[in-house]
Amino acid sequence: MSTALGTLPLVEVLDRHPAVADFVKVLGLPAAPAALTLAQWLDELPDEAFFDVGMERGQMLDHLQRLVEEVRAMESSADARIDSLTLIGGHDKQGRMELVELTFRAGDIVCIVGPTGSGKSRLLGDIECLAQGDTPTGRRVLINGREPTQARRYAPDRKMVAQLSQNMNFVVDLSVREFITMHARCRMVVEPAGMAETVIACANALTGEKFAPEVSVTQLSGGQTRALMIADAALLSASPVVLIDEIENAGVDRKRALELLAGGEKIVLISTHDPLLALRGARRIVIRNGGISEVISTSERERANLQRIEQIDAMLMGIRDRLRGGLRIEEELEWPN
Amino acid sequence: MQLITVAGSPSVGKTSVILRVAELLRQSGLKVGVAKFDALSTVDDELYAQKGIPVAVGLAGSLCPDHYFVSNVEDCLAWGERQGFDLLISESAGLCNRCSPHIDGVLAICVVDALAGVHTPKKIGPMLRLADLVVITKGDIVSQVEREVFAFHVRLANPGAQALFCNGITGQGATDIVQHIRAAAPTPSLDGSRLRFSMPAAVCPYCVGETAIGETHQRGNVKKMRFADLEAAR
Repeated sequence: MSTALGTLPLVEVLDRHPAVADFVKVLGLPAAPAALTLAQWLDELPDEAFFDVGMERGQMLDHLQRLVEEVRAMESSADARIDSLTLIGGHDKQGRMELVELTFRAGDIVCIVGPTGSGKSRLLGDIECLAQGDTPTGRRVLINGREPTQARRYAPDRKMVAQLSQNMNFVVDLSVREFITMHARCRMVVEPAGMAETVIACANALTGEKFAPEVSVTQLSGGQTRALMIADAALLSASPVVLIDEIENAGVDRKRALELLAGGEKIVLISTHDPLLALRGARRIVIRNGGISEVISTSERERANLQRIEQIDAMLMGIRDRLRGGLRIEEELEWPN
Repeated sequence: MQLITVAGSPSVGKTSVILRVAELLRQSGLKVGVAKFDALSTVDDELYAQKGIPVAVGLAGSLCPDHYFVSNVEDCLAWGERQGFDLLISESAGLCNRCSPHIDGVLAICVVDALAGVHTPKKIGPMLRLADLVVITKGDIVSQVEREVFAFHVRLANPGAQALFCNGITGQGATDIVQHIRAAAPTPSLDGSRLRFSMPAAVCPYCVGETAIGETHQRGNVKKMRFADLEAAR
């Protein structure tokens, strides 16, 4: 195989394989006359050129070949689709067995409730790493009823589980458009720029404070950041399971956010005490003392209450928007009955 | 005994990851020691000692840390044998992105830090490119998007290598590293072994203490920058 890549003209290799072109560019290797093949070009480079970029002559062609194969593998591997995720109980902090086996299906929304320090994050962590009895809780996670393969557990760029945590930061200093386009490229989307516009529009539909694609990600407010990450997770992330550590009330339309994620056939688990979220899921898992103590199915009466809570929330959101717009709130407020 | 080389830029979390991994290895009944290489000073040996993990410290001082590492790694192996370890983990900092302590036939782990920015994997040389296993730390404090993009770039920088996330604080992911370690080959001896890549070259008067600046002091292995405006004039 490696000889085959070597016999192609350099120009063609660079043109056909952007990852190779990028690699050569980052290394800063000197350009070559157009007619040379890749192997001829490498032959003509002095030893010093290889050493300066931290490669040996013999390693270069092999590395490029592996790079081409890796990109091909990423392109051809279909996104992991899963129908179900099963959580098999382990034990709580005192070693008491959790006698539960829970199965979540694509499109399910499941909430996790419990006091601070009770072990909600630990549960999310177990799912995130697809625990196989090898974490402190002894829990196990099955995908489509089976133990996940090693390859599934060790594919860090397309993990089964995406996690939107509260304490995240943006490290890059890019505009929102550049940022999402960069993600789309890594996901090998055919039209990264178009996808970025879709994600940004979708995020803007979730937040009361709209933002432009040109704004830097580091300048986004908490709510805008959350909206962007939810839209990205729903539309662009490879992960069929999304874990969310609370959606703050920072001007994010939580109902639409959940509909968006669940509509994308994702399994959504949220650690939350927000009534709008907690009552929207079909079930909620109650955590006490590091273990699952109960699984509550949302009742009809709770659903009816959810509707009222939604009306109250909509009213509060309206007031929030008016305050943002510099208006007064002086009229007698009429709360929904 | 089995030797493992762990390398990574300063402050990426190598020690935290090793502590987590060593703890798990010891729980499974293995005797683990650490050879800690650093440049000027280190207090990490205290961290290891606190956990009851035997540690030998080597400070490179004025020498290139990588050259220092390769001149001492056999002695570390002998120390490990004398101590009766099942496993010796060497920890060394890659200071110039050109370092590579990895040895043929010895499990090579490179630790990279997701906080360093998504393009960092492209800039790290043989230390990352030639590792068998890449461990990404601090993934919990960057956005989900950056995690995915970072991991994607790691995959491009070392195609085919295994890569995984490990949280040095909570230990999440350490179990997976342990599995890789337990599957790796033992290291009976380093006699005749070869580095996977040559060490950074440096032979000039400044290597041996010259401090004066000026053309007359630049002898030996000297390389000059090229400037576009001067090139054009030629």
